[in-house]
Amino acid sequence: MSVEKSMPVLIVDDYKTMLRIIRNLLKQLGFENVEEATDGSAALRKMRERGFGLVISDWNMEPMTGLQLLREVRADGQLRDTPFIMITAESKKENVVAAKEAGVSNYIVKPFNAATLKTKLEAVLGAF
Amino acid sequence: MTASTAVASPDLRQQVQAALSESQMPLTDADVARIVTEIVRNTDVELTQLDLKVFQEIDSLAKYIQAAKAEIAAIRPDEIRDDFVPSATDELDAVVAATEEATGTILDNAEKVMEAAGELEEPTQSNLIEMVTAIFEACNFQDITGQRITKVVTTLKHIDERIQALASILGDEVDRATVPDAVVEVGSGKLDDEDLLNGPQLPNSAIDQDEIDKLMAEFD
Repeated sequence: MSVEKSMPVLIVDDYKTMLRIIRNLLKQLGFENVEEATDGSAALRKMRERGFGLVISDWNMEPMTGLQLLREVRADGQLRDTPFIMITAESKKENVVAAKEAGVSNYIVKPFNAATLKTKLEAVLGAF
Repeated sequence: MTASTAVASPDLRQQVQAALSESQMPLTDADVARIVTEIVRNTDVELTQLDLKVFQEIDSLAKYIQAAKAEIAAIRPDEIRDDFVPSATDELDAVVAATEEATGTILDNAEKVMEAAGELEEPTQSNLIEMVTAIFEACNFQDITGQRITKVVTTLKHIDERIQALASILGDEVDRATVPDAVVEVGSGKLDDEDLLNGPQLPNSAIDQDEIDKLMAEFD
């Protein structure tokens, strides 16, 4: 299965710097159709307005966290199959377990590098 | 009167025992009076000792609380609330703002380099993109430090709340014992080297280069 790199990708983080970093790294990997949101509720609104082929989200945000967003997405009949990668500084075992139980597709711990991002994207979307 | 019974004298115990063993026999008025007198005497003595112990315990508790109040007054809860915590949180917020701004500038320029790299021949283009990628990766630090600093600020505020709660429980004495430091005025001649070690200033309390130049010129 080939990866359609023109698919819309939603990145969610409350740090504008991090949004820029992820956007630039995605651009280098060929994903240029990228939209941004700064918390879970804004992301959910965008997702309900249009479909996304992938969501890359931070965890620690207000008012809606990345975990809450993930649960909302998995509970929504229209959105439930959207691949969802968590990129977060939350690196305790219980965080990873909670995310996995909520249905996360993959989990990246900050700080991360481009190679890790590519590997996890390929694990979720298929090799590209 | 459990305490009195528990420490009843052997004499009284014997009399009670004797009275119990003779319970089938009627006691004379004199026997009853003797036993009651003995009980009352014992009870008075034991209560007095118990009272003394209680008083001693209360006295040492009072001293302990006084010492605790003095200790808490010495850390100056009002100063922590009014100066230290706001100052520390402002400094930390300034760290976050400064690193965010610097990271933004680095990213602006890295993005320009990435655009410019598109015009270049290989292998220069790939080499340049690899370097720019390393810059993007390194800029992760801003998010991490920001989150760590936020945690520190939260902890500081929590400590402040606990100290204020403690001071509030202990009452006005702590407030009365709190005496602010004498204000050292610039130009008073009282500044020593340590007073001058203030570190970087927050933007709203710093003077800019123009003001520094003017100040310097005043000495010429």
